[in-house]
Parts: sequence; structure tokens; C-alpha cells
Amino acid sequence: MSQTHAKIEKNIGLMAILVAVAVSFGGLAEIVPLMFQAETIKPLPGIKPYPALELAGRDVYLREGCYGCHSQMIRTLRFETERYGHYSLAGESVYDHPFQWGSKRTGPDLARVGLRGYSDDWHRAHLNNPRDVVPESNMPAYPWLAKAKLDGAEVAQHMRALKRIGDPYSDADIAGAAAAVEGKTELDAVVAYLQALGTHVSQADMQVAEGAE
Amino acid sequence: MTSGWTWYVVALAVLNLIGCAWLLKGNTRRGPNDPKPDETGHVWDGDITEYNKPLPKWWINLFYLTIAFAGGYLVWYGVGSLKGYGHWSSKSEWAMESAAEDARIDDTLKLYAGKPIDVLAKDPAAVSMGRAIFINRCAACHGSSGHGATGFPDLTDDIWHWGGTPSRILETIQDGRHAVMPSWATTLTAQGGATAVDDTIAYVLSLSRPGQPQDAVERGGKLFTGICSACHGPQGKGNQMMGAPDLTDSYWLYGSSQASLHKTLNEGRQGAMPAWKPVLGDIRTRLVGAYVWTLSPHKEPPPAGAVIAE
Repeated sequence: MSQTHAKIEKNIGLMAILVAVAVSFGGLAEIVPLMFQAETIKPLPGIKPYPALELAGRDVYLREGCYGCHSQMIRTLRFETERYGHYSLAGESVYDHPFQWGSKRTGPDLARVGLRGYSDDWHRAHLNNPRDVVPESNMPAYPWLAKAKLDGAEVAQHMRALKRIGDPYSDADIAGAAAAVEGKTELDAVVAYLQALGTHVSQADMQVAEGAE
Repeated sequence: MTSGWTWYVVALAVLNLIGCAWLLKGNTRRGPNDPKPDETGHVWDGDITEYNKPLPKWWINLFYLTIAFAGGYLVWYGVGSLKGYGHWSSKSEWAMESAAEDARIDDTLKLYAGKPIDVLAKDPAAVSMGRAIFINRCAACHGSSGHGATGFPDLTDDIWHWGGTPSRILETIQDGRHAVMPSWATTLTAQGGATAVDDTIAYVLSLSRPGQPQDAVERGGKLFTGICSACHGPQGKGNQMMGAPDLTDSYWLYGSSQASLHKTLNEGRQGAMPAWKPVLGDIRTRLVGAYVWTLSPHKEPPPAGAVIAE
């Protein structure tokens, strides 16, 4: 036995194959089942693909890198549910491409920010310059959002692409996208997106869904 | 997770553990033709040999212990849809911790049930808890010191748009408020001509800042009496029943610049205070109210001539 390793050590091709087998065990057990499971997770009642304006807001959210400081995943930890609300469930982010989970937070988690009671005006003032409403804030200001108009054709194109990968947008949704964002700014879109975050699933539905998950 | 995938993961995990044990066993066992324990049998260039220092027994046994620990871990915590013997889940741990903490909090909070906020404001413990809730929930708009911001009222003065009595402040916190200042530009222009908005602004400014152009103030005064006085009162002293601010004081929620006043008259203002009772419950809103009560000096009476809400 003690000499058999000589075969592996003297045959680099065989060694490479065996190394690949050894390191793939973890991935095979932890990642592969999730890839198939993701297909079977059902959206919770109330979860629908993002309407045009919110989808445009989500795109701005991603473009500006908000996820660098804000997660959208409330963990099953007491101190998180006290601050942010009910912990997040998988069926809530079915239409998030890509999802915004994480636990790296420079700013607060935003999974249920729509339930926090901020008014649209507050969000506008805050995005334009966070220090105007929260003097201690270290969040960057995003004053250009109020000046940038949305492109309806681009939003419709994005919806078509999402439909192709399985989001159930109707033809009417896509046809109406340009009209829905007509004259709106990127700021309007981000505020609409933030105000809707976490508001789609009722507490009661979440309790039911937990049993199923 | 479906049972197929569960067994797939179980099989991989078990195979992995057996593989570790097999490798360990195979590499520590000595066969009949193996070299002496302190030699590897490796020889280079005819006479250079490599010495071996076998792993100590205790170290190898630690390795076996970790394999046994892994087996125990799988059985205790379970895999996929197979529940472990420990019945642990992140949700059940959360539920247990929440139940224990909620009970402790209920014990602490029940002392303050049903008390008016000005009574609670005399209790330092209540005020300190109220301050913690305020920082977490209210400071985003009203500021961490309660001084407010443009569009969000200052809570440290004696001006209360919706009424400053203890019960009225509590009502504001618990049920929220929605101020509705409509857009008046069209109506004003129809009645007072092209300068109507400017005239009205001149009149409103003249209530607290004498020295506005006299003719504009006169024209604006007529418009004010006809339209604005319905909510803000004939003297502009406000109406706390509907949150119409006193226009004769020096406090301007949205600022007193011409640009801001034009925006107010042209587009209206929809100041919104959320209802906090559904979020925080009755007792916590009272604690916040107690803290808010301590912020204000309560020295000046509400303006004479205003509609006061008790």
C-alpha cells in the first residue's frame, strides 16, 4: 500500500483527475441539488414579476451598485426579525434575476423596506442627498436619478428577455411597458421599487408557506 | 428537498467519510514488504534516500475522531428532508428564542400599558426605551435629535400642526396623519388673474414678515379669505383638526423661499406620517410618545384664533 501513491505522484494526468474528483464532492452535494431545486420553488401568493416601473427601478438599483451595501435577505435570527420583519422565504425572490441576498451590510437590509412607512417624499429627499434627512448617514448621494428619464423601449426589451427565461409577463404587460414609464425619471422608478419591496406577501400567507417549504 | 436528492446527498457524504477513513487506514498500515518505519524507500541518484517520520498515534486517532464526529453531526442535524435526532432547524431555534425574548419584553412593557404619554414622560426608564424606539423608527424623518428636516416636522418646539395635547400626539403616532394641501394655482388664477399665486404668497408672508408689497398683499388677502381661510382660518392661525399649519409664526415646514412657496401652491403638499400602532403595538407607541413629549418645552400656548384639537 505505501508504494501505490508512487503511481499517482509519477502520473500528473491521473493526479489531476483524482484531485478534481476529490474537490468536486462538496459541490456535488451542496450545489447540484440546489440547481434542480430552484426550478421547483413556487412563488408565494402575491409574488408577481415586477411591473414596468419597478423593474426599471430595480435595474437602476443594480446599476448603481446598491447591493454593495444593502442586502435583501432577512435571516432566521431574532435580532434581524426584530429590526427588519419576518425572515425572508425562498418563494419571495423567484422573479429576482439576479437575487439580492447576502449578509454584508454597510446599510440596512432592504428586503421589507416598503413596510417601513417612509413616504415617497422621504425617499426622494434621501436619494437626492441622504444627509438632508439623516445627518449621520454615510450613503452616497444620487442626485442624477431625478434628471435621467427612463427609456420605455429598453424596459420593454428587458421584460421580453425575462419572459424568455420564464417570467410570466403577458404580451399586454410588455406592450404597456413604455406607456407605464412614460415621462418618469429613474428616481421615480427607484422609489416605486423600494416602496414595493416586501409588501407583496401577507403575514398570513407567509405562515402558510413556511409549512410547505 | 425531495427524497431523491436527500439520498443523493446522504450517499455522497457517507462515501466521502468512508473514503477519508480508507485513505487514513491505507496510509498508516504497514505491509510485509514495506520499508522500516523510519524509511520511505525513496532513493534518488543511487544513494540519496528519504527518511520518514510516521504520524504519532494520537494524531491519527484525532483524525478518526473527526470522522466519527461528522457521522454524529449528520445523524443529529439531519440531511435534506430527513429530520435529525436533535430536531434542530433554524426556524425552530428562531421561534424558541423569539418566544423567550418576547415574553421578557412583554414583562417589561406591561408596566406601561394604557398610561398617557405625559405621565410616562416622568419615568426615566420609559423615556429611555422610547428614545431607543425613536432612533430606530422615527429618526429617519424627524432626525436623531428630533429637529426634523424640510417636510418633516421639528418635534423640539411648541408647534404642533395636529395638536399638542398628550392624547392628540399619541393619536398622531398610533394612527398616522395625512395632510392634504391641494394644488390651488388653477383656482387662484381663475379668481385673481395671472398674479394670483404671487399675491397670495405676498399676503401669507406678510402675516409673519411685514414689508411685503402693499397692493399685492391686499389682492392676496382677498384670495386668502375666499379660499385658504377654510382650513388655515380667517387670520391664518391654522386648524389642528386637519393639520393646517399656523401661517403667522416663523416655522415653515417646507421652507419659506419663493420657490418652495410656489411649489406648495402649484403642486400642493401631501405630508404623510405613517400609522405606527400596527407596527409597534400600543405600549411601544406610548413609550415613543413619552420620549417625544420630553423633547418639547411645552411653554407656549397654542396660537389664539386657531382651531385647537384636544
